[in-house]
Formats: sequence, structure tokens, C-alpha cells
Amino acid sequence: MQFGIFSVGDVTMDPTTGRTPTEHERVKAMVAIALKAEEVGLDVFATGEHHNPPFVPSSPTTMLGYIAARTERLILSTATTLITTNDPVKIAEDFSMLQHLADGRVDLILGRGNTGPVYPWFGQDIRQGIPLAIENYALLHRLWREDVVDWEGRFRTPLQGFTSTPRPLDGVPPFVWHGSIRSPEIAEQAAYYGDGFFANNIFWPKEHFMRLISLYRQRYAHYGHGTPEQAVVGLGGQVFMRKNSQDAVREFRPYFDNAPVYGHGPSLEEFMAETPLTVGSPQQVIDRTLEFREFFGDYQRQLFLMDHAGLPLKTVLEQLDILGEEVVPVLRAEFAKDRPAEVPDGPTHASLVAAHESAPAGA
Amino acid sequence: MKLVVVAAGLTQPSSTRLLADRLAEATSGLLPEPPEVRVVELRELAVDVANAFVTGFPNTRLREVIEAVTAADGLIAVTPIFSGSYSGLFKSFFDVIDPTALAGKPVLLAATGGTARHSLALEHALRPLFSYLRAVVVPTAVYAAAEDWGGGGDPFTDGLGERIARAAGELADLLARRAPEPREGTRADGRQVEDLEDLEDVVPFEQQLAALRPPTA
Repeated sequence: MQFGIFSVGDVTMDPTTGRTPTEHERVKAMVAIALKAEEVGLDVFATGEHHNPPFVPSSPTTMLGYIAARTERLILSTATTLITTNDPVKIAEDFSMLQHLADGRVDLILGRGNTGPVYPWFGQDIRQGIPLAIENYALLHRLWREDVVDWEGRFRTPLQGFTSTPRPLDGVPPFVWHGSIRSPEIAEQAAYYGDGFFANNIFWPKEHFMRLISLYRQRYAHYGHGTPEQAVVGLGGQVFMRKNSQDAVREFRPYFDNAPVYGHGPSLEEFMAETPLTVGSPQQVIDRTLEFREFFGDYQRQLFLMDHAGLPLKTVLEQLDILGEEVVPVLRAEFAKDRPAEVPDGPTHASLVAAHESAPAGA
Repeated sequence: MKLVVVAAGLTQPSSTRLLADRLAEATSGLLPEPPEVRVVELRELAVDVANAFVTGFPNTRLREVIEAVTAADGLIAVTPIFSGSYSGLFKSFFDVIDPTALAGKPVLLAATGGTARHSLALEHALRPLFSYLRAVVVPTAVYAAAEDWGGGGDPFTDGLGERIARAAGELADLLARRAPEPREGTRADGRQVEDLEDLEDVVPFEQQLAALRPPTA
């Protein structure tokens, strides 16, 4: 099982000091956070993609390429890459290049984004969100698997005799997760291709995601990729920890109360009861995260949101120390217990190459 | 049979609640078997409704109420008239319900206000809202102005009691004509409440792909 962090890349005022970091500081902070993730033994760093203030990460492969050069083991991912408004040809090229530079330590979560105007800014129509996600990925999937592609669709110039370069490392494309908060069509899409399904469950009650993940698992089996239990599931989480849970609550409350996504709404306590947010001791985070398996089944990747709502870099780095030293080692051991042998580990380039080599020719 | 009454009155006791109770009682009395009546006071859910706007999801308490409303066989919705229209809380509650979830549901609309001059707000504000939601709204909507509680009508208008009876009769007729009692947790349109996300309706992927293929010349 893989553990990591994902960053939205928001530039938010620290409500306790009134200070807002510059974009430059935030970009550098994201890099520092990624490097820390590797240092404390996490497996994955994923960056968001946004095209409007107050967010900085508009160019994920640039950032991830830089992080790749400064890390050894960390898997570099996205949360999410906009499959609707990016040209699938450019996604194929950018992530292939990144995959070579990072020696395979690359995968991506595809999503549709959460900002309506991004569609028109990139010449698309938001009402076509799902069809864009389906058609663009159908093309991306082929560009990474066929050396020469002839293609015609509804949303993009046709291609005749096109070869996307560089070809994927070792002939194995980066692993793709399909991210969705509410659309069963995307769970169906992930199942159809046998790709991963990332349910970003951090802002919503679990019942909703239990249905969505259950649908994905059933359809994954329906399309012949394995048993429902072998489907590749990723989940989000959101935590803030101190040795003493009262200290964690006291320190995090002003950030919660003013957070861009849910601030000025329910109380911290109510939001913790309704969503996976856990503010407390490392043991509370361990207990809460272990519950995910009861709700969603054995899964492959757990990403935590650690660096939003104006938390200063120093605090985030302290949080990562606690996560890496006190929480993740216990989670690794506990999740490994009673995990059925047929449930796969989180996908890596090495595991995909091995699967590719053992697959029958032409498959 | 389940009858849910949504009352958006803000005071306790409120004339909105009084009107809601009279409508529920009149409707119940006209049905062959007494229905299970549940009254929802939106006042008690005001913070939950506001939080649902901020967080994007209804919390457990509000979710349970929404499920009760969408699963009801019939709905009585009563609001005070503020500034010529339904109250903001009344509209907000219906805004956090899926806009297709009340399709086909029999609904009786009613409102209260200080003066009878606002009575057409029922026709100009509430009825279009429920038309948008594709609910089946009974022809008589009941408005109770302050003076109605102490008057008996006039040569041009029935008194409040008669109007309540007429509206209740219309709702009871609609309810009586409905199919046999649906299973527990079933919505007006027959779907299970727990399937609000329509997961069982997922379109097979081949079909989604085929819809995108350019027409072959």
C-alpha cells in the first residue's frame, strides 16, 4: 500500500498572522513539502492543477520534473490533471517526458476540475465535461499504446499518422487513476480500462463514496480485469496532529474556521463527524484511517491533504514528520495484516513492467 | 401512506405551523386510512441548511429530513411571505434537494402573511418553483392573512376553513389515486432513496464511447 500527500497549491492568508505568502514562496513551499515527503518515507507526492488565483500549480509537469531531479524514490503524481481542458496529445507528451526523466516514478490522476470558467478559457464547453473526459482519455490511452495513431473525434483536430514522443518508458505508460467526487460515469470509465479509481472523499460523507467505489469494483470485475477486490482504489484524507489532541484542535481551529472550502460553515467538531477530517493525536489519525478499509475494502493508495488553508510551511513540515515517523509505519503494518494475497499493492513502474512482460503477446 | 409537512415559520408558536397542521389534519381526515404524518419545522434546520451551502453536502440530520421529504407520498409546503415571496429559508431548503427528486410528487402549497394583499405570491412565486421541480401541485393554494384567522370570508371569497377543506380534498384525491404504497425507502419516482446518485443507472462505457464517435460518412 502506498502513502503520500496531495497539495491543492492554494495561496491562502494565515488567519493567525494575517500574512499571505507570495506565489513564489508558495511554489517553493510545495517543493519543500515534496522533498520532505520523501525524507520521511512517504511514497507519493501529488500536485493539483489550477488555472486561476489563488492557486499556483498551473504547470504540474514542470514542478514534478524539478522534484524528480531532487528525489530518488518518491512517486510523482497529480491530483488532478484536467483531462477535459488539456489537449490529450500534450498530456501524452508531457507525462511521457516526465516519466523518462523520473525513471518511471510518475503516474497521474485525471479529473474534470472544479472551476467552471476554465472550460471557456481553454476553448471548451463545460456542458461537455463528461464527453470531453471520455473522448480525450480514449485518445490519450491510444497515444501511449500505439506508435502511430490515426484518430478523429468530436473535440479535437483529427490526427493522421501521429506518433507521440517520447514513447513511454519500457513501453509501459504511466499508471492512470480516474478521480471523481460525484460522477458514476467516471467510475465506469476507470473500470472499463482497468485503471485506478481515486475517490477524493475528504469533503463529503463516506456513504456517498461507498456507493461510488462499490460501483467501480463491480464494474472492474464485469470488464474482466480481476475480482472486485483487485480493483485499484485510492482515497484522500485530511489530518492535523499534535501529541495531545486538545493542542491539535486548538492550533488547527482558526485554519479550519477560515478555510476556503468549508470555513465559515459547520464547526470543526461537526465537520470531523461528517467527513474524514481528523484533528487530534497521531493515534486518532491511525484509528480513523484504518476505518477506511472497513468502509471501502482493502485499497492501494492513501493520500493526505496537509498543506492548505494558510498553514505555514514550518507547521506543514512538522506535520509530515509526525505522519512519516508515527502514523504511516503503523498504518503500513496494520493494513498489511489480514490483507488477502490477491489484493494488489499500489502500482509502480516496476510492477507495471513486470505485468507487461508476463502478459500474453498482443494483450 | 406518508404525508410530510414542511413549515418555514420562524416564531414559536407560528401561524405558518398552525396553517400547516390544519391542512395536514384536513387531508388526513379525507384519506381512507390515516396517513403517517411528519411535520418538519425548517427553523430547527436553519443552520444545517446554511452549512449545506457552505460545505456542498447535507449533514446527517438534514440528509435524513431530505430523504423523508423525497420519499413521502405527498407534501404540504407552507411558508411565510417575506418581501413578496417565499422566505429565504424555505427556498434554501428546496435548493439543497436534488432538483429531480420531487418530480411527480403531489404537493399542496400554502402561505401566511400579515395582509391578504400578498396572497398571489403563492401563484407567482411558489407555484413556478414547484413547476420547475416538476411536482404535481394541487389547484388550490391556501393563503392565510392575519385577518383570516378571525373572519369567515366574504361575498367574493371562501373563508379560510372552506379553502383548507378544498385544498385538502384536492390533495387527498391525488394521493388516493396513487399506486399502492411503495416499498420502504422508495422515492416518488420509484427509485430507492439510497440510490440518489443513480448509480444503478450508469451507462455502459461502450455506449458512452459510441455516442462520441464521429458519424461515418
